[in-house]
Amino acid sequence: MAAVAASTTNTTIRNPCINPLFSSSKSSYSSSPTCVSFLQARSGMGSHLLATVARREVSATAMAMEEIGNGAVGISAQRPDSFGRFGRFGGKYVPETLMHALTELESAFRSLSKDQEFQVVIDIVYAYFLISVLYFVKELDGILRDYVGRESPLYFAERLTEHYKSPEGEGPLIFLKREDLNHTGAHKINNAVAQALLAKRLGRKRIIAETGAGQHGVATATVCARFGLQCIIYMGAQDMERQSLNVFRMRLLGAEVRAVHSGTATLKDATSEAIRDWVTNVETTHYILGSVAGPHPYPMMVRDFHAVIGKETRRQAMEKWGGKPDVLVACVGGGSNAMGLFHEFVDDEDVRLIGVEAAGFGLESGKHAATLTKGEVGVLHGAMSYLLQDDDGQIIEPHSISAGLDYPGVGPEHSFLKDIGRAEYYSVTDEEALEAFKRLSRLEGIIPALETSHALAYLEKLCPTLPKGAKVVINCSGRGDKDVQTALKHLQL
Amino acid sequence: MALPTNHSLFLPALLKGSKTSINHSFTLSPNSPLTISETFSRLKKQRKVGFIPYITAGDPDLCTTEKALRLLSSCGADLIEVGLPYSDPILDGPVIQASTIRALTNGVNFQAVISMLAKVVPQLSCPIILFSYYNQILKLNEESFMSALNYGGIQGLIVPDLPFEDIRSLKRTANKKNIDLVLLAAPTTSHNRLKAIVDSTDGFLYLVSTTGVTGVRSNLNSQVRLRLEELKKETSKPIAVGFGISKPEHVKQLSIWGANGVIVGSAIVKLLGESKSSEEGLRLVEMFTKSLTSALP
Repeated sequence: MAAVAASTTNTTIRNPCINPLFSSSKSSYSSSPTCVSFLQARSGMGSHLLATVARREVSATAMAMEEIGNGAVGISAQRPDSFGRFGRFGGKYVPETLMHALTELESAFRSLSKDQEFQVVIDIVYAYFLISVLYFVKELDGILRDYVGRESPLYFAERLTEHYKSPEGEGPLIFLKREDLNHTGAHKINNAVAQALLAKRLGRKRIIAETGAGQHGVATATVCARFGLQCIIYMGAQDMERQSLNVFRMRLLGAEVRAVHSGTATLKDATSEAIRDWVTNVETTHYILGSVAGPHPYPMMVRDFHAVIGKETRRQAMEKWGGKPDVLVACVGGGSNAMGLFHEFVDDEDVRLIGVEAAGFGLESGKHAATLTKGEVGVLHGAMSYLLQDDDGQIIEPHSISAGLDYPGVGPEHSFLKDIGRAEYYSVTDEEALEAFKRLSRLEGIIPALETSHALAYLEKLCPTLPKGAKVVINCSGRGDKDVQTALKHLQL
Repeated sequence: MALPTNHSLFLPALLKGSKTSINHSFTLSPNSPLTISETFSRLKKQRKVGFIPYITAGDPDLCTTEKALRLLSSCGADLIEVGLPYSDPILDGPVIQASTIRALTNGVNFQAVISMLAKVVPQLSCPIILFSYYNQILKLNEESFMSALNYGGIQGLIVPDLPFEDIRSLKRTANKKNIDLVLLAAPTTSHNRLKAIVDSTDGFLYLVSTTGVTGVRSNLNSQVRLRLEELKKETSKPIAVGFGISKPEHVKQLSIWGANGVIVGSAIVKLLGESKSSEEGLRLVEMFTKSLTSALP
């Protein structure tokens, strides 16, 4: 732990301008070295830090996000652009009613250094702002550590590694980034907790969210309980039946779960319904969107809230083998756990990024959720991205055994990374995922989520192609307790 | 006039057909409709407020839509808004959602809607505006979509999920084909943004009365009055108010507040879609429409 803290501190010292809040020479805040060092010192935990302030004196709310290490701020500054575009993808395809809320959310999230208004802010407001920022950083840092349980371990999967060795005894080394060990059992909480804090700062007491499998719903219900916020979760009526345990968990946590009967009564309809609620109650409500999808600034914001996964991975890799991972593998539905892992390494061209989609009953069956592999460019839920759609542009209902991957769209940044050839995307079937589900349980004593099992299943194809000793990091994005009921129907043990 | 059913043959046919269609509807028809702007000019001269009903194309079937269009045109509609059914209508409330599902379940698609309109529009006395979510336009591509609109005799287009910042290309393509791109303003739209939207909109400004999705509401948002006053200072363009408008009292109030048009959707869609038979639905729509138009000056 001491080593971690030391290395982080070194990084921050080497990059005194990594915090966008303080990186602009124009910003009045850059003239306060004492506070800068204090903020940087606070980042010693190595978690992804966030800062905000409610600045009513100048009728605006603003927030700064502090990112640590390795030039990630540079990437984030370039992508997306000011209108939320990742190349041609992304954007804000929403009704006019929501445009103001999205702008407000973005200005709350964007770094203060870009905020022209702040240059004329008087000293008292400035002091108030800094106190709020420090308070926020401290609060999120503390919650991620003591409540969520960060940082999550980078675990060497010894028997899985052994399993993939060739007859000559050669093969890659496989590591699992243990997001399944987070509170509520998946990576989803990283985003939920940060957005709940953001909502509090925006003065919104009513929270809405969509959920498919129920993992994001449970994470949102959890943080709402923790912060005393009203919580309404939209869930497809069909999904409520499939995931009745999670419905109970959400209700136990004090959330109201609203069944969505429209359309096909699954995740896409729940998302549409959450957007409709937001259009109606936009002045009192914050929408905690659960993936790197939706209108700008969500794809950027959710990515940055999950970027802690990749940042920790980089540091842990450095500690364990003094280098970087060679290959990163993650499952992709909307793509939040994958972006969380990839984002840190997008500029490291020597690190392969592999996303694994759900091929359901097979790519040729028409019953799959392999949006990047088989989809076409379109607009859904506020963003331009690859989509499963028919010749008339009607959205096609996807299929996957994993409810969390059962979505006809994908985060716009994944579409971008695919188009520029930076990340590779493949797909595995329900059956292959179930095999991997069983394999990890037997070999490592870890029952993975069915979503995660898709990433694990791709090892079958990947490992034989990798050189000896290649370091593969799989994002073990969630634990599989929630999927035991589903697996029971398919696996003969 | 029947279109080839093969999708790949559809577009060339449209492109070829568009010119004749326009000649037909604008020159040859005895009921040659005015443009949207001309319609509002006429209303202004007559000191009248425009009545703009909305129906979802193909709900419950295209034959009923065709009859409903003739009916609405004959009982006083000044413009008619026709909704193109879409699988994920995020700005629509339960009534219109249900109508789009009924239409899609019955196999209604863009091509069938355009064919129906091409047939019926020449017989109508008012212009038609299409309401379409952006993905359907993107899928076909903007150019072909507009050609299809020309072919169908459609004069205006509303795209509820295309942000103002992104309208440039679509507006250029639409205007090139003499199609008005009608923009929406919301209660949350800031003053500066509102001004920019008003400046860019064609035909009229669609003022959304309340934060929320389409659907019947019992009361009219009183903020609309202030918005109308604010807008009247900025522009001479006509302003039509929509969302939640479902009663004679609503349309009367809006006309007093200075609206140039009132848009009524869900209340009509409900009558048409939830009746036992389409005959009964049409009869109820006729009665309802008359109650609204008689409340307007």
